[in-house]
Amino acid sequence: MSAMVERFGRAAAPGIARGPIHRIVDLAGLHRHAGTPAEERGALEAAIQAATEDLLLLIGAADEEGAAILEFQVAMLEDEALRAPALGAIAAGVEAGAAWSETLGEQIEDYRSSDDAYFSARAADLEDLRDRVLGHLLATGTGATVPPGAVIIGRDLTPSRFLAIDWTQGGAIALSEGSPSSHVAMLARSRGVPMAVGLGAIPENGFTEAIVDGARGRLVLDPTADDLAAYVAARADAAGQAVREAAMLTHPAMTADGVRIAVLINVAEPAELDRIDPAICDGIGLVRTEFLFSSASGLPDEMAQYTAYRRILEWAGEKPVTIRTVDAGGDKPVPGLTIDGESNPFLGTRGIRLSLAKPEIFKVQLRALARAAQHGNLKIMLPMITIPEEIDEAAALLDEAVVELAREGIAASRPPLGIMVEVPAVAIVPERFSAAAFFSIGSNDLTQYTTASARDIAAVAGLNDPGHPAVIELIRNTVQTGRELGIDVSLCGDMGGDPRHLPSLIVAGLRAVSVAPPLVGRVKLALSEIHAGVPA
Amino acid sequence: MADSETTASVLLTHEVGLHARPSVKLTKLAKTFQSAIELGLGGDGPWIDAKSIVKVMAAKAPQGTTLHFRARGADADAAVAALVGLVERDFDEVGAHVGNG
Repeated sequence: MSAMVERFGRAAAPGIARGPIHRIVDLAGLHRHAGTPAEERGALEAAIQAATEDLLLLIGAADEEGAAILEFQVAMLEDEALRAPALGAIAAGVEAGAAWSETLGEQIEDYRSSDDAYFSARAADLEDLRDRVLGHLLATGTGATVPPGAVIIGRDLTPSRFLAIDWTQGGAIALSEGSPSSHVAMLARSRGVPMAVGLGAIPENGFTEAIVDGARGRLVLDPTADDLAAYVAARADAAGQAVREAAMLTHPAMTADGVRIAVLINVAEPAELDRIDPAICDGIGLVRTEFLFSSASGLPDEMAQYTAYRRILEWAGEKPVTIRTVDAGGDKPVPGLTIDGESNPFLGTRGIRLSLAKPEIFKVQLRALARAAQHGNLKIMLPMITIPEEIDEAAALLDEAVVELAREGIAASRPPLGIMVEVPAVAIVPERFSAAAFFSIGSNDLTQYTTASARDIAAVAGLNDPGHPAVIELIRNTVQTGRELGIDVSLCGDMGGDPRHLPSLIVAGLRAVSVAPPLVGRVKLALSEIHAGVPA
Repeated sequence: MADSETTASVLLTHEVGLHARPSVKLTKLAKTFQSAIELGLGGDGPWIDAKSIVKVMAAKAPQGTTLHFRARGADADAAVAALVGLVERDFDEVGAHVGNG
């Protein structure tokens, strides 16, 4: 029997949970021991068969659109032509996993290099197939269902894996690497899934149960009776905190000395809103539109975008809704849109740079937004602005879209156009960007670019600190300049949802934050204990 | 009895080209016939196996392509007629949307 093991890493999403351990295995880091060609051929055929069975099960549970995508994947897997090159390599002595990866890799490259955005997006389907079969080959069962309420343990977790897991019965995430700024961590905070990262090597075998305390970045394997008692007490404590936070929810946020602070919410996909009462917030400070662009069916058309934006605006009623134009690139690749192979994608063609490089795709989004503007209080926000000319170019495209729609007799209006302040080149001289209708500070990227420490590299996560005086100074400068120019300033990064950073933000003059929906109560409670002092 | 060869061509009008769902339908239909059936993006080929989704998708045929079919076997006539019909009906996609309301 193994003794209790404890690991401390970094907090990624608050909350505490206990459950059975489910390990996920990193496919890229694994190697099989190669057998004879006949054995390898058998192993590949069996893995393809198992992957096909997974997909057929998934089809049974999917909606019509999902089923059509999966049927395509099944048809590809069943086609002898897909596996033929891999079988050829196996006959020549190559290990099955390497043969399969190589074969699919060529196909994936072929699709990805297509000029046709639809065909290029099919690369993602083939990657899915490659990994599903590899998972079976490596006997890790990527397709295996995660039991409800499980504690997921692994090196790192992809957003698609996170989204495939049923979190309604609880559960938690503990990663040996990972980062609090990753997209998975954002998703975990949005869904209220406790998550700890940067735990270092987590012992492999012999453990059955774990506790994750997300706020402390703590993982306990096979907890002792004392740990379990502490867990029960912590749950009760958390429950008490939850009651205090819930009591604040529908009240306007106010500091201890009576300064009103606007608290808005960040939204990653419209379905999230079904569970949220609009009364808890002052509006939506950030709608990420990447969800529209990650569908397996390719880039979204104008109608699909318009429908999604309209739904969000109708939810908000009279309250302001800030929708950010697609922020692809960096750690958010989109097949058919982003540019592959940049040596440093965070410093490459992402955000507005990509949109302006692909005006035909950008224009579709601007048209959909101008149409949706008829249904609420919409503002459009441009990500990754670095020079004022980018605002002018985007504004010209937006004006063009509005004129076109009018000419076509389609109802539309021109929403105000504001910018993310997330590149130091803007935060240092915000007065040069007075063409913007508003500033929204993206503290995650502003921190990453100011501290020169990537959000997704665990080794430099300690440097990636939004509390660094240089980051605070840039925020203060942006708020101050905005006030002088009469431009509204808010902040939509993770910093705004963190009670440890709220005092310095309020002292810097910030009066509006936009946070993940489950953090609204916590933020309002924390604000009620802060003294804003006499406004400068 | 010698197998006969049948050929026919049809204009691809499907809104987005020969994509995943249409390709699945086309190859599934082709597989219901015994004849060897090939698809070409030109009258002179190159010819690809119309029963292989991998090869049909790899052709990446956009809208406005003229698809050529040729079949050799006992049911070659029926096979070519059925495949041409499927493309002409736009892969039954419009009907499917209306039907599902």
